Amino acid sequence: MSEAVLQRLDIRAGTAIAEGPDWLEPVRRAAADHFAKVGFPTSRDEEWRFTPVGPIAQGTWRPSPGVAAGVSADRLAPFVFGQAEWSTLVFVNGAYSEALSRILELPQGVRAGSLAEALRGDDAVLRTHLARHAPIDGSPFTALNTAGFRDGGLLHVPAGLDLERPVHFVHVTTPDATGTAIHPRNLIVIERGARASVIESYVTLAPDGVYWTNPVTEVAAAAGSWLEHTRIQRESERAHHVGLTHVDQERDSHYRSFSMAMGGALARHNLHVRLNDENIETLMYGLYLTRGEQVVDNHTAIFHDQPNCRSWEVYKGVLDGRSRAVFNGKVFVQPEAQKTDAKQTNRNLLLSDLARVDTKPQLEIFADDVKCTHGATVGRLDDVALFYARSRGVPREAAERLLTYAFAAEVIEEVALEPVRNELDRLVLDRLEARRGGAAGRG
Amino acid sequence: MSSQVETLVNKEYKHGWVTDIESDVAPPGLSEDIVRLISAKKREPAWLLAWRLKAYRGWLKMLEPHSWPNIRYTPVDYQSISYYSAPRTAKPLGSLDDVDPKLLETYKKLGIPLSEQKILAGVAVDAIFDSVSVGTTYKAKLAEQGIIFCSFGEAVQEHPELVRKYLGSVVPASDNFFAALNAAVFSDGSFVYVPKGVRCPLELSTYFRINSASTGQFERTLIVADEGAYVSYLEGCTAPKRDENQLHAAVVELVALEGATIKYSTVQNWYAGDEQGKGGIYNFVTKRGKCAGNRSKISWTQVETGSAITWKYPSVILQGDDTVGEFYSVAVVNGHQQADTGTKMIHMGRNSRSTIVSKGISAGQGQNSYRGLVKVLPKAAGSRNYTQCDSMLIGNRCGAHTFPYIDVQNSTSSTEHEASTSKIGEDQIFYLKQRGLNTENAISMIVNGFCKEVFQELPMEFAVEAQKLLGISLEGSVG
Repeated sequence: MSEAVLQRLDIRAGTAIAEGPDWLEPVRRAAADHFAKVGFPTSRDEEWRFTPVGPIAQGTWRPSPGVAAGVSADRLAPFVFGQAEWSTLVFVNGAYSEALSRILELPQGVRAGSLAEALRGDDAVLRTHLARHAPIDGSPFTALNTAGFRDGGLLHVPAGLDLERPVHFVHVTTPDATGTAIHPRNLIVIERGARASVIESYVTLAPDGVYWTNPVTEVAAAAGSWLEHTRIQRESERAHHVGLTHVDQERDSHYRSFSMAMGGALARHNLHVRLNDENIETLMYGLYLTRGEQVVDNHTAIFHDQPNCRSWEVYKGVLDGRSRAVFNGKVFVQPEAQKTDAKQTNRNLLLSDLARVDTKPQLEIFADDVKCTHGATVGRLDDVALFYARSRGVPREAAERLLTYAFAAEVIEEVALEPVRNELDRLVLDRLEARRGGAAGRG
Repeated sequence: MSSQVETLVNKEYKHGWVTDIESDVAPPGLSEDIVRLISAKKREPAWLLAWRLKAYRGWLKMLEPHSWPNIRYTPVDYQSISYYSAPRTAKPLGSLDDVDPKLLETYKKLGIPLSEQKILAGVAVDAIFDSVSVGTTYKAKLAEQGIIFCSFGEAVQEHPELVRKYLGSVVPASDNFFAALNAAVFSDGSFVYVPKGVRCPLELSTYFRINSASTGQFERTLIVADEGAYVSYLEGCTAPKRDENQLHAAVVELVALEGATIKYSTVQNWYAGDEQGKGGIYNFVTKRGKCAGNRSKISWTQVETGSAITWKYPSVILQGDDTVGEFYSVAVVNGHQQADTGTKMIHMGRNSRSTIVSKGISAGQGQNSYRGLVKVLPKAAGSRNYTQCDSMLIGNRCGAHTFPYIDVQNSTSSTEHEASTSKIGEDQIFYLKQRGLNTENAISMIVNGFCKEVFQELPMEFAVEAQKLLGISLEGSVG
């Protein structure tokens, strides 16, 4: 059956495997073989216990059509934060669109562009990093992506350079994507002492489209590098999104992630960060807004393999309707990783009686001289805070919106880019407004 | 320092001796015939035999859980275990004088207050030697108030209607691999029934003891507190030293009807294996309570210091409205011990509340896992859970793991989970040493402080014993 999936997606005999450099082919083949062997996960797999992938596994998906007509810069305007001076790479239904993309002047040596294009030449950076970070046996979805990806964003910042302005990867789907599977592949390589900010967006022009996005992003953060990585997932609420971000950090590096998830009938994001050397700092923030029948799942894993590193994680969720959120945060501290300081928090706010949360903050610690804590809460708005607001003359509904917004704002504040922060604010407020308007059509 | 550590670590297990008495032992192996033999030996009614056989047939289809628990061991050979062993007695026991003096000697070594001490201690004891209950005290005093406290076998004979009504009502025979095994071959255990509105005047207590070589222990305990009743039950164990692993798969069921309270405390100090991790008890226990009636309460307190492997999740099903479930636990692993323990709180009734406080201490090469589930069902409006789970590591060859599952299905409930990991600070030890305490005492004091919240839930005598046990378990683990 898994073999049939590979055939149907045109991965086995398809162009994807044939294209690209020689060294990539065996990797792709191994990934395809791995998927053929293990197939889609089921709820019997601990990693997928609360995430019903049935709608994906039972769907009959076609390969993505590539660039579609009818996409104009105007239609993408709502997704690019009104920032004309940011380099923007646009991928329509999985394929790079040169016409829609805009790459501004970058410091000498910095490369930002299509991965597929880069693969046409023999490239030392790709050879070192592509498919070298995210293990294919980590998840069947990663294997499938590795076997079948066509394109995605590439950013390479050479040593010591500071990319002053962010680079934005926009993955957009159109109505033509309906019934298809897209496997975007992004690669971000920040060399020694370099600095960059990357935004990765998954958006749609087909708000009712049923499609499946299966992205994998690999991040290599070399010694002393600094990276801010913002991921925004606003797929159609009938689409499926299963993504992995794998980060490898080296000595003295700083990685800061913000992950927003509000789209998808089934949306899953795995964020894995491996701390390969000493004195590394990792910050992970997340926000998920769910409504209707959505299932939104965040799995994070931090691997403290070396001493003297710090990690800090806060994920927050606001749930409405009959939606369901899943959170699993793992922190592994190896025996060598003394003086680790790790803190993890997951907080969930339930706006509806029918919403459901499954949270599992997990610590696995093998070293004694460490400071590790985690906390998880599930609850509704604080009655006392509500009462206080109302006693000051704020109407109940407004007070509820205010407190809900404040709950979400705590993590949005952590986004350093102001235009992005403002847009996230707007998305949250719009969602709360839609709820009030009874436009709870899905809520 | 290191030689001092060596001597302390290598200290012999204090309770390691075997009492040599003739046992009535069934041949090793498990089959329907053995199940029938056990049932026949105990003169059980037909319905109970049928229940056992059904459990046995279900067990045959189950697999020993090896994937999800965070423990490693070689699978148990169920055909090499003898499933029945009873101390030989010529006639039914009338008084203590009829008891084999060697048995009494054993109890004395363990310090069980079977004689006058029991009056001083205020403890009624139902002592279990291997599988058959041999001496039950205070029965008359308890009977005055209508309280039934006897061996499980006796309860089957004398109160079959109660046993039949509640047996398997909390832990069904099909619940899990080890519960099914227990249901098929359980030999004896304790039975408690506290009638309506009665507050049990004594702390009820059973000492379990594994004695005969290669005899698994399959106790079954059933405690029922009728409407408005109160009972506090103590369970404590030690076991003789042994080379091969001994399987222990017990089942404990608690039923609290409307307004009833059951408090169940355990101190477990079975043989943990030698310094290479050889031998030691496999402790695979299913413990669960059901707050069946409104306003009922079940509280579990456990101090787990022994066993090579502990696999145990004392749980509470909060079925009634306004029910309370509590779980207080201290689990210590040293040497090569592994513990995967925690609790499940299933909130079904409105305004049900649960509290979980778990303290895990890992030393040597021990692995300690907290695994818990807090599940709030849609109808359990206004429910609350508070979970605190702290780990302490001593050395960097051990591990602490937490696997808390939180599943909330309504918006009026709230759950909080907090966990932390810490070590014994050099400065803490230094402070205590400059106040005149030696290292061992300093550590003992710090660890006891770490566990205080749990110890204060224990009945007095147990709390003292638990503190001592903890000290012994950790001796020499910090250098």
